[in-house]
Amino acid sequence: MALLEIAGMSLSFGGIEVLRDLDFAVEEGSITSLIGPNGAGKTSVFNCLTGFYRPRTGQITLAGGRIDRLAPHRVTRLGLARTFQNLRLFRELTAAENVMAGRHCRTGAGALDAVLGTRRHRREEAAIAEAAQRWLGFVGIPDAAERVAGSLPYGHQRRVEWARALATEPRLLLLDEPAAGLNASEKEELIALMRRIRDELGITILLIEHDMGLVMQVSEHIGVLDHGRKIAEGTPDKVQNDPLVIEAYLGRDEDEASEAA
Amino acid sequence: MSTTTAPAAARSPRGIALTAVVILAALGIPLVANSYQLEVLSEAWFYVLLCLGLNIVVGYAGLLDLGYAAFFAVGAYTAGLVTLKLGLSFWLSLPLAVIAASIAGVVIGGPTLRLRSDYLAIVTLGFGEMVRITVRNLSVTGGASGLVGISRPWLFGYKLNSIGSYYYIFLALALLAVVASHRLERSRIGRAWKYVRSDEDAARAMGINHATIKLSAYVMGAIFAAIGGCFYAAKMTAIAPETFTFNQSLLILLGVVLGGRGKIPGVILGAIVVVVAPELFRDIGSMRMLVFALSLLLIMLLRPAGIWPERWRWG
Repeated sequence: MALLEIAGMSLSFGGIEVLRDLDFAVEEGSITSLIGPNGAGKTSVFNCLTGFYRPRTGQITLAGGRIDRLAPHRVTRLGLARTFQNLRLFRELTAAENVMAGRHCRTGAGALDAVLGTRRHRREEAAIAEAAQRWLGFVGIPDAAERVAGSLPYGHQRRVEWARALATEPRLLLLDEPAAGLNASEKEELIALMRRIRDELGITILLIEHDMGLVMQVSEHIGVLDHGRKIAEGTPDKVQNDPLVIEAYLGRDEDEASEAA
Repeated sequence: MSTTTAPAAARSPRGIALTAVVILAALGIPLVANSYQLEVLSEAWFYVLLCLGLNIVVGYAGLLDLGYAAFFAVGAYTAGLVTLKLGLSFWLSLPLAVIAASIAGVVIGGPTLRLRSDYLAIVTLGFGEMVRITVRNLSVTGGASGLVGISRPWLFGYKLNSIGSYYYIFLALALLAVVASHRLERSRIGRAWKYVRSDEDAARAMGINHATIKLSAYVMGAIFAAIGGCFYAAKMTAIAPETFTFNQSLLILLGVVLGGRGKIPGVILGAIVVVVAPELFRDIGSMRMLVFALSLLLIMLLRPAGIWPERWRWG
């Protein structure tokens, strides 16, 4: 059974359909991508998966349990973590504090524990600090811990966001355009990091991406969205040669023919 | 104080020395000060407690609360009612005030904290006035004249009667508030307050329930004010609704913003300025409030993030 299953999902805003009857599945242990032209509804899919939007119809199941009626924080607790298309770091806090956010849902000390300095509080704080440092190390920026997140170079901010998502101990990691704004060598590092997350940590990855080269290189399975509908699905080879996909990206043949004429 | 939760300041030798000097000076003041000065300084320590409480709501969680005096009123009236109407010990009013403030915090905060900041400000303003008008109109709370004749509490066989004893009580409360704030700030919950303040959606995506986290900040702030309110009632022996006006809420908020939201030493300084500055300007008579207001304006223009410098570390 697939780790994530989307069945018959539709989403509309004030009568405008954003997603139409979408079926899609992500196999456990895979790196899967969702591609499509601008405005195809890719980020809307992520927002439905993470509980920020409530789909009008359809079901979303994560490891067999329904998540489509849950609030975002509950979805995260069940093992689904995300990054944002435009970085959403806590900019005025340090990189370590940012990553510590990911540990919130896996710890439980309350305000009273903190005020009284209970053993539970002290033990958890030590573990949270250790985890933050470990995840920053995993993404390759161990020295950034005490730096204010907003002051880090862009590529490092991206890594902080990844470390923060990983710290929630997800089973499935959703990456929203992770390569946006990165140069070629940074993209290579990103691909290597994605493979390490999957191979070393056993975390399944679902990614939305504009960069076709990156998607084709890294994904095992690709779904293509256009105008809120899935128009193709399959291996990179299959999708690349699908006439519907080519049409969606390049426009229809007749247009090209008439332009050429 | 254990080493893991001690202020970063207190870990460095210079920080320990500075902190010790300030505390010793504060302890020694009653030996040299007259009763007027003690009265003003007791009030300053009291405001340190209130401002640190509001700082949790405004500074850490980023929620604009214009009705904070209401929780101060809840504490004061709890103490008044417990000692006068129920005839119980003052000390029993402390846990009861904490419970009352928590309930009030949940009842008010539950439905309103979902609002965006400007709407939240309006609703909390309304709530503050509601509490004041309610106690003004209930007979059990003594109506407009309030509660009179609240008995002074006993501590270790001494009746807390003199201004000197209240000076030390409020100093102790201020110090406890500093320690509690400091520990909260560096805790799982304290960080969650800042996450929600910084980016609510990102916080939610990290598995943080923004509604309960905001509520916990609001209730924690309410508890600080309620505890302060109990001791205020004991010190004054008489409380009236007009103590808990919108102006009072504003003055506490001023202390927080003036010193620097979210910065403990800044908030302490802000609280002291709010109490002491109008007293220093007393000699210039009727111009006093004008000069005070103008200096506040100047400070906010020149240092919008508060008096306390961003990078300056204690010790």
